[in-house]
Amino acid sequence: MLLEVKGLKAGYGPTWVLHGIDFTVAEGGVTALLGANGAGKTTTLRAVCGMIRTEGTITLAGQSIQGRATEDIVRLGVAHVPDGRGTFMELTVEENMKLGAITRRDKDVAADFERMFELFPRLKQRYRQQAGTLSGGEQQMLAIARALLLRPRLLLMDEPSFGLAPLIVQEIFGIMARVRDEQKVAILLVEQNANLALEIADTAYLLETGRIVVSGPADEIRQDESVRRSYLGY
Amino acid sequence: MNGFLHQVIAGIATGGIYASVALALVMIYQATHHVNFAQGEMATFSTYIALTLVQSGMPFWVAFLATVAISFCIGVVIERVLMRPMDKASVLTHVGLFIGLVLVVSNLTGWVFDYTVKPFPTPFYDGPLLGGLVTGHELGSTAVTLVVLGMVFLFFRYTRLGLAMRAAAFNPASARLVGVRVGWMLALGWGLAAAIGAIAGIMVAPVVFLEPNMMLGILLYAFAGALLGGIDNPGGAVIGGFAVGIIENLGGTYIVGTELKLTLALFIIIGVLLVKPAGLFGRVVLSRV
Repeated sequence: MLLEVKGLKAGYGPTWVLHGIDFTVAEGGVTALLGANGAGKTTTLRAVCGMIRTEGTITLAGQSIQGRATEDIVRLGVAHVPDGRGTFMELTVEENMKLGAITRRDKDVAADFERMFELFPRLKQRYRQQAGTLSGGEQQMLAIARALLLRPRLLLMDEPSFGLAPLIVQEIFGIMARVRDEQKVAILLVEQNANLALEIADTAYLLETGRIVVSGPADEIRQDESVRRSYLGY
Repeated sequence: MNGFLHQVIAGIATGGIYASVALALVMIYQATHHVNFAQGEMATFSTYIALTLVQSGMPFWVAFLATVAISFCIGVVIERVLMRPMDKASVLTHVGLFIGLVLVVSNLTGWVFDYTVKPFPTPFYDGPLLGGLVTGHELGSTAVTLVVLGMVFLFFRYTRLGLAMRAAAFNPASARLVGVRVGWMLALGWGLAAAIGAIAGIMVAPVVFLEPNMMLGILLYAFAGALLGGIDNPGGAVIGGFAVGIIENLGGTYIVGTELKLTLALFIIIGVLLVKPAGLFGRVVLSRV
């Protein structure tokens, strides 16, 4: 297992939002984290990359990352497409992308830039533009490109469909499927749109008010009666 | 006419000093949203270090570079030791801290280097040039200022570290998520600001003479310049600094007289805050409620 989480508690201030959850993310493939608003999905991602206070164990490829600084966890190969996209609004698209690769010193960075332009041709068109002027969909693409330029082993994605037009969402999920197939990266995907997430995921977990209530292969979860009624809407 | 032109040129020369200090203020403001009131006192302390080194027989430019390096380290240490633990403290705590820093550095300067006014050597030709239009020191110090400002611009615009520092200042949370060590970027920012301040101090000391409160007025002008150009815009702050230098010189010569010159800085500060709080080139921040 690439990521193993046991008894994870996490929260803001004195209260816990997660009350001890266990989950794993396998090497390669997509793991989906589903749940309603306020279930603790975003909190889980923040906990994994050390942005908030946590208790319990979090291990990445056998190495404990619980309690470590965000920048150290990132340098171990955990990229995060955050809630709100995390665009550097004042900087150009070029600078945003360069920041994605800022910890890398290897020779393949230029090739990775080319690959990003191939995945996201719009970023090439907007390359010299200030990132704050991009549309929501373009900023989401930029956020994914920035994360992938780290060459992560684990990619955390927080609601990539949020606030975007259906066509753009389709485009972005198509690209994610390509990344899953062509690149050696495990994706931990947080989504409110359960249908969308279960299509692309291999494994899924369902969170309810800070606890995992259902888990298993994505196909099975899709068949699960209670999940279907509450989250898939049919 | 010649007199007017000379005042403008002299204004540009002092304006360069204000521009440097304004840039130092803005750099820290952008990263932390606090104005470092002690920027001037830190620069004065650095200038005394330069004087000590020169008097010990070191060639001027070697002493200059050594002072810049030492000041950089002092800036980094101040951030690490004093500012870091106050990371999440309130605005008022920071104001208190900065005022404390002003008093401590200023008195330390007086205690270590004594309070008497001292002349400071200029490394440039010390006399009139171009038929009395400009002095050698004005020309030289303006050149140094422009080189420094140019280097700072190139550093932030074209280097990896500069990009990381800007990212940390604009969006610390996102910067951490791409692996930037935000805490260290802040410390480097403090170091750079202290180094720029030191250069400004060394360049202005031959004109105003060296004493522990040398930078007090200059910090006020620089602050006026930073506000005029926009406290969140480094380029604007530099232009504002130059503008304040020219305004101060012309105003001092033709309108209020030299004794009341400092009042002009206060006028500019109040004027900007009343008429255009974001400054000429600053960003107007709108927030939804």
